[in-house]
Amino acid sequence: MRTIGFIIRKEFQQIRRDRRMLPLIFIAPVLQIILLGYAANMDVNDIPVSVCDQDHTAESRELIQRFVGSGSFVVSRAAGSAEEAEGDIERGASSLALIIPPGYGRSQTAGRVTAVQLLADGSESQSAAIGLSYATLIVSRQAAVTASARLASLGAAGRRVRSVQVQPAVRVFYNPTLASRNFMVPGVLAMVLMIITTVLTSLSIVKEKERGTLEQLIVTPITPRQLIVGKLAPFVLISIVVISLVLAASLALFGLSVRGSLLLLYALSLLFMFTTLGAGLFISTISRTQQQAMMIAVFFFIMPMVILSGFVFPIESMPDAIQWVTYVFPLRWYFVIIRGLFLKGVGIADLWKETAALAVIGLAVIVGSALRFRKRLE
Amino acid sequence: MSGSRIAAILVKELRQVARDRATLAMLLVLPLFLLVMFGYAISLDVKHIQLAVLDWDRTEGSRGFLQQFLHSEYFDLRAVLQDEAQIDHLLDNGTVLVALVVPRGFAAAAAAGGDAEVQAVVDGSNGTTAATAIGYVQAVAADYSQRALVRALKRAGAPGARSTIDFRPRVLFNPELRSANFLVPGLIALVLIMSAVMSTALSIVREKERGTMEQLVVSPTRPLELVIGKVIPYFLIGLVSAATVLAASRLLFGVTVRGSWLDLAGVTVVFLFGCVGFGVLLSTLSDSQQVAFILSVFLTLLPVFILSGFVFPFRNMPRIIQAVTYVMPGRYYLAALRAIMLKGAGIAVYGRQLLALAVYGVVVSGLSILRLRRSAS
Repeated sequence: MRTIGFIIRKEFQQIRRDRRMLPLIFIAPVLQIILLGYAANMDVNDIPVSVCDQDHTAESRELIQRFVGSGSFVVSRAAGSAEEAEGDIERGASSLALIIPPGYGRSQTAGRVTAVQLLADGSESQSAAIGLSYATLIVSRQAAVTASARLASLGAAGRRVRSVQVQPAVRVFYNPTLASRNFMVPGVLAMVLMIITTVLTSLSIVKEKERGTLEQLIVTPITPRQLIVGKLAPFVLISIVVISLVLAASLALFGLSVRGSLLLLYALSLLFMFTTLGAGLFISTISRTQQQAMMIAVFFFIMPMVILSGFVFPIESMPDAIQWVTYVFPLRWYFVIIRGLFLKGVGIADLWKETAALAVIGLAVIVGSALRFRKRLE
Repeated sequence: MSGSRIAAILVKELRQVARDRATLAMLLVLPLFLLVMFGYAISLDVKHIQLAVLDWDRTEGSRGFLQQFLHSEYFDLRAVLQDEAQIDHLLDNGTVLVALVVPRGFAAAAAAGGDAEVQAVVDGSNGTTAATAIGYVQAVAADYSQRALVRALKRAGAPGARSTIDFRPRVLFNPELRSANFLVPGLIALVLIMSAVMSTALSIVREKERGTMEQLVVSPTRPLELVIGKVIPYFLIGLVSAATVLAASRLLFGVTVRGSWLDLAGVTVVFLFGCVGFGVLLSTLSDSQQVAFILSVFLTLLPVFILSGFVFPFRNMPRIIQAVTYVMPGRYYLAALRAIMLKGAGIAVYGRQLLALAVYGVVVSGLSILRLRRSAS
């Protein structure tokens, strides 16, 4: 136990000696929260639309008003011709263009069919897709209004036949404003923990390898187990401080607090850290230089996990084969846990599946890497 | 400045890169790995929304309405509920995203005409997905109402009983809205930053860490010659990786370049110039590889993801952050790349971006040379 204490103290001294290191560890998470909280916003509102109204009737203005009134669109320009509207998209001045042909209003009142064209900028595919689905909804509602008006105008025949309008009353749980910030900010906690525990632990071990000081440690009476615990413990301590920092920052900046139990949050974060520390240890056994360790950690561990664990991109939309792969990513389970604790305020009863998954993965990773690390030392 | 001294450093650096097989392999394999991951796995489409239904009405009408949801490709029926309490539970543990409640008397209201209400309870924790899901619920309901109307018009004997608006959406540049087309330009920027900014900074800081920098400084090589010799290999690796990504994305995902290859190469070289300049600047700011790495992740890699329009649109950002994005070279490079690759645009469209990139390159390189001079003397 005393030996472990010595190693921990030595680690802390080394971290402190690199003057830029410690500030970075603590500034980086706050910076990430600010970036992801303010900038990583996928809410689709105020999509710029070029409107080309060739009809100029009350009916065409009503359709345009429906677009503007929905809150999802703003008219960026009134285009004189269809070519002009298309040019706006090409230059990137608008994402969509709505073209209402002459005679639209007359044909609507007469019950004839008119073509209304909508152009979308596919080079921004995600905004285009969402914009298109909103636009389709708006147009079909407008068509319904017109049809009801016609039904009413049919007089006695129309009054006899009745038709239904189904109105979905939407109730949103957990995040009523649907702000993507509330989803992103808890995710930062996971990212930061992963970066600290995986990257920094592997670097601190590989650094000793590079400098040849690892051999010196090996010839001392320190056992491999003590070495592992001594090397990993400082980063666990730092991570606990960082968790508190992230919690404080998200409360101070965004008023976002944990609805569930704080104790559970810390406990499950520790469990999550077992998997990432184990990954760091594993990376240190397969890399010879710090540069390699960093590249492997960031690009083969952290990035795939962040991308495939539902941080930004929904897991349900991934191909089945990849969905299966995501089951072994601890981050996938941890995301559910922190979002559950932050936003839903659920307890262990709703999180036992994720907890069990983390425990199994953590145990496998840490035992596997420790064994490999020991074999490498001998 | 002497060409032969630069060449000597260049040869030394190339040898070091070649000797470190693992790193080299990684620099070349990584782009492919990222491409496959991005291309196959990522999609922002929301499909297979897990749905629970609670039908209090239990009539043919209510079943017909719910059937509409099951027929659409957006919803997967996950649970048929018996009472309201189950909804909270299923949303809490994340089994379903949306719960639909059809109230008693739905079919009767529908038959009587006018409004019939159904309730949709949505898990809003992921705002984006939830907003899309709400949109789908409304679309299915609107579609149902529309069909009912058309049937009613037919019964009333109105001529041409169908929707009066023939809605024709047309998507320009990327008609199938494939994410790969959208993501590949971003991926190229990412790969370039990795191989240019990071590798440059790390390779210089490594010499500092090992003490070999001092040896080079006392040799007759001037700082600028040293830097030029050191950055050229990473410049070349960057170009090779970009070409690899382009070739692979064409083979795997059929992503083609609409514009001219010359435009593409020109913009890329100017961007790379800024990247290696920034790498050198970072190396003057850090004494250890760890610091250099963390700095490059936070100052280049994350901003490319978050602040360059890669995934998140600019228009949603607060003004201050929008202002910050203007100093991110990735913003201009991505815009130019998308214009060339997807729209087939020429220099008239991306000229401003090219100018911004050139200015950035000159400023960053100037700064790093200044700092190098100061630390050398």
